[in-house]
Amino acid sequence: MVTDEYPLTVHIKLPNGVEYDQPTGLFINGEFTKSKQGKTFEVVSPSTEEIVCSVYEALEEDVNAAVDAAENAFKNTEWATQDPSVRGRCLLKLADLVEQHAEVLAGIESLDNGKSLFCSRGDVALCSAYFRSCAGYADKVDGRIIDTGSNHLSYTRREPIGVCGQIIPWNFPLLMASWKLGPCLATGNVTVLKTAESTPLSALYLCNLLNEAGFPPGVVNIISGFGKTTGDVIALHPKVRKLAFTGSTATGRHIMKRAAESNLKKVTLELGGKSPNIIFNDADIAKAAQNMIIGIFYNSGEVCCAGSRIYCQSGIYDELLVEFKKAIANLKVGDPFDETTFQGSQTSQLQLDRILNYIDVGKKEGAQLITGGERIGGKGYFIKPTIFGNVHEEMRIVKEEIFGPVVTITKFETVDEVIELANNSEYGLAAGLHTEDINKAIDVSNRLKAGTVWVNTYNDFHSSVPFGGYAQSGIGREMGIEAFDNYTQVKAVRIKIDKKKA
Amino acid sequence: MSLSVQVKLPDGSTYTQPTGLFINNEFVKSIKGEKFESICPATEEPIAAVYRAYEEDVDVAVKAAREAYNTVWKETGGVQRGKLLFKLAELMEKHADELAGIEAHDSGKPKATNAIFDVEESANCMRYFGGWADKVTGKSIPLGKDKFAYTLHEPYGVCGQIIPWNYPLAMAAWKLGPALAAGNCVVLKTSEITPLSMLWLANLIKEAGFPPGVVNILSGFGKDAGARLASHEGVDKIAFTGSTATGQVIQQLASKNMKAVTLECGGKSALVIFDDADLDQAAKWAAIGIMSNQGQICTATSRIYIQDGAYDKFLQAFKAHVEEEYTSKQGCPFNDTHVVGPQISQPQYEKILSYIEIGKKEGAKLLSGGKTPASLTKGYFIEPTIFADISPDMRIANEEIFGPVVACGRFKTYEEGLKYANQTQYGLGSAVFTQDIAKAHRFASDLEAGMVWINSSNDSDIHVPFGGVKMSGVGRELGEYGLTIYTQAKAVHVNMGSKL
Repeated sequence: MVTDEYPLTVHIKLPNGVEYDQPTGLFINGEFTKSKQGKTFEVVSPSTEEIVCSVYEALEEDVNAAVDAAENAFKNTEWATQDPSVRGRCLLKLADLVEQHAEVLAGIESLDNGKSLFCSRGDVALCSAYFRSCAGYADKVDGRIIDTGSNHLSYTRREPIGVCGQIIPWNFPLLMASWKLGPCLATGNVTVLKTAESTPLSALYLCNLLNEAGFPPGVVNIISGFGKTTGDVIALHPKVRKLAFTGSTATGRHIMKRAAESNLKKVTLELGGKSPNIIFNDADIAKAAQNMIIGIFYNSGEVCCAGSRIYCQSGIYDELLVEFKKAIANLKVGDPFDETTFQGSQTSQLQLDRILNYIDVGKKEGAQLITGGERIGGKGYFIKPTIFGNVHEEMRIVKEEIFGPVVTITKFETVDEVIELANNSEYGLAAGLHTEDINKAIDVSNRLKAGTVWVNTYNDFHSSVPFGGYAQSGIGREMGIEAFDNYTQVKAVRIKIDKKKA
Repeated sequence: MSLSVQVKLPDGSTYTQPTGLFINNEFVKSIKGEKFESICPATEEPIAAVYRAYEEDVDVAVKAAREAYNTVWKETGGVQRGKLLFKLAELMEKHADELAGIEAHDSGKPKATNAIFDVEESANCMRYFGGWADKVTGKSIPLGKDKFAYTLHEPYGVCGQIIPWNYPLAMAAWKLGPALAAGNCVVLKTSEITPLSMLWLANLIKEAGFPPGVVNILSGFGKDAGARLASHEGVDKIAFTGSTATGQVIQQLASKNMKAVTLECGGKSALVIFDDADLDQAAKWAAIGIMSNQGQICTATSRIYIQDGAYDKFLQAFKAHVEEEYTSKQGCPFNDTHVVGPQISQPQYEKILSYIEIGKKEGAKLLSGGKTPASLTKGYFIEPTIFADISPDMRIANEEIFGPVVACGRFKTYEEGLKYANQTQYGLGSAVFTQDIAKAHRFASDLEAGMVWINSSNDSDIHVPFGGVKMSGVGRELGEYGLTIYTQAKAVHVNMGSKL
């Protein structure tokens, strides 16, 4: 839709009565602007299929403007060179503001993404906690002094990289923005961040808070757009020196190629997963069932590290399945704005179709549909929590990432067997294991090829603990102290010191 | 319930001064019920009388801290501890003017040119350590298949902290910030000369949300309350800032239950100026280094050694600068143009004057100051004082005076300058002025000091570790180092398969 009539702010009333002003422009140099060609695209609420509003779409010239604004902020202002605790204070203020605006942000997220308020409130809390954690690190990015003998003074500095390009997905729009912005800004970088085209709203609302928190113009630029047009321009841009992407493995591979083709910009990737969730005979069955629920149905299953392959030891298989089905029956799937809802809608028509297609594939492959397996209702992209049993490892539903509330369950006998099954994947994002035996817990954790191993819990994040993938699940780690390595480069300085007499 | 008095400040404002002991988030009377007065050093008038903690009160506070640690604080994660410290920093900034006024009145620091910056630094210090609170991590150590080892960086538990009178608020912040961030509970004893600002801050500590018993603040004297804290079997670590002599006593008392000890003690820091230095800048920094805070700084660069070629020129510039920017701006701490206030107390005042007499008797040349200012006969005022032509064996060249008195001497070569700089029993701060980068770094490496300033003096920063070698102390405060001294490493070995 081409128009330059579309307003830069739209007043929105959320289904729970909360009203707010939604920015729709591109946030460049501290201001909202229309895109240069005036192009906009529609934003749909996936739980009602209704159009919420439109937002301006960034094309190549808009990306260039954003990158130029970022470069100017990096080169010509004191953002990167000032006392770093100033950056920390901006992030601290931002954390406080996110908390103050928590209800609005959670509402926007549920409206735009379809996730339940239960999930979106959790996201907002994690978001402000993460900004706060990064704030505390801003003035602590130390290097080392290295003793090489008295003829030299040798030390390292950890310097910011400069203009970063950051591309985030639609499953945790606000939270993913915080995972990218936090360490990037704490370490003195500047950024152009592109949201997912299906969920541009919460990050645009955040822009007002960025201004209020004192981030100078140009330090953070947030643009809405599509991968092929907007995202690709960022990935190829010669002035962008670092690229951070969260999304599918296929797109991640493409991004990495673009980085190599252009200027060898440094790349970190958080990609897909098909994470195993392993239940041993001695696990607490009720707790394991709850963790299986959290593992695959939390956030409507749209979680990169979802525990989407359950391996249950044969001794408790039947009992666990009964417990699991009972827990599913208690899950409320429906209107995100209903306070009792656990699972909201899927994020888009595209995703709905994809998941339903995989369910079809599963049936055709001969898997046993234990529960669920279909859409709920005709309006809104809701899918029933779905379990497939009697699967084998070669099935597509066991190998490929479905990204929805669909899980496979497999029986196993021994530890060695399940480790081999669990590790038999191109992915390696996360894994869960449930046991009361500490030795087994540590030994199996050591042997699983995954960036995060959860023991007796699942999807259990903390800002101080790093997260990222092995194998084709990604490159680099987010959160924890490790995140800051992504946004700094080491400079070694060696000063020759001659002995003086006078 | 609320034990307090109304205090009127020289600028006409009044405030409510708590007078009790702050234990378990409440102000209480001491068990004996005895009070002592805090004197305003600018007028020699009493400001307020506060309750004096004796040994039995220390016992009560330590018990409260232990209870809070065992039942609440031990379980309070780093994220929450950080949040509380951030909140405290915010409150300190909100009440900066009030805190600066109390500090100026009780300690003699000029409000606009000294005290307000202390408050700012103290708030920043709380915020800085708040940022560390959720980042106290140990290591996991790979040892092969049969064993898994990791370290936990645990808090000590209950820490005793004894702070001096030269920076009452800032010294408290340097101690409380890291201790709380690391997860300890604290019993802090202020100096008996300056108990007021921390009692007022106690209200903010409560408002910030720290649970009862996590921070306890006692007013009292060293020989009873301080000694009890240092030797107490219920205290796991003692941190002390004060004189070297008292530091040694603390170290001995601590041996009773082998508690960990960190000490920030005295100094006689040298500032060394080479021929090629920017003399104008050297003069200005040298003045900051000894005339700030009325010379009452542990890291004061109270000895200046100037290379032969620059000797006369430097002294001329230095004297002129000191007289213009310090001597002529001395007086009441509530006059915004004043930079130099009174010394802290009668005993300190007499001690400094006696050192000035010693300097004269030893044959040092008095270039400036050396007496009480004629117009300031009330209050413990001493003029900024410069001695020159010192020789290495003079007492004023070796002993800590802790006042606005500097001893200057000359040197010929790099080796000689280094020898003089390293000659004392102390090793806290030091400074070197030169434009030659290799010389600067080499000299920094050769100096026996915990801190070296290259082309500045007393330019401290909460991100950078602070502390001394030799008789100047044990351990480091501030920076990440300041955090780690409030933790102890516990190694956990997990047997993964070694069978006997």
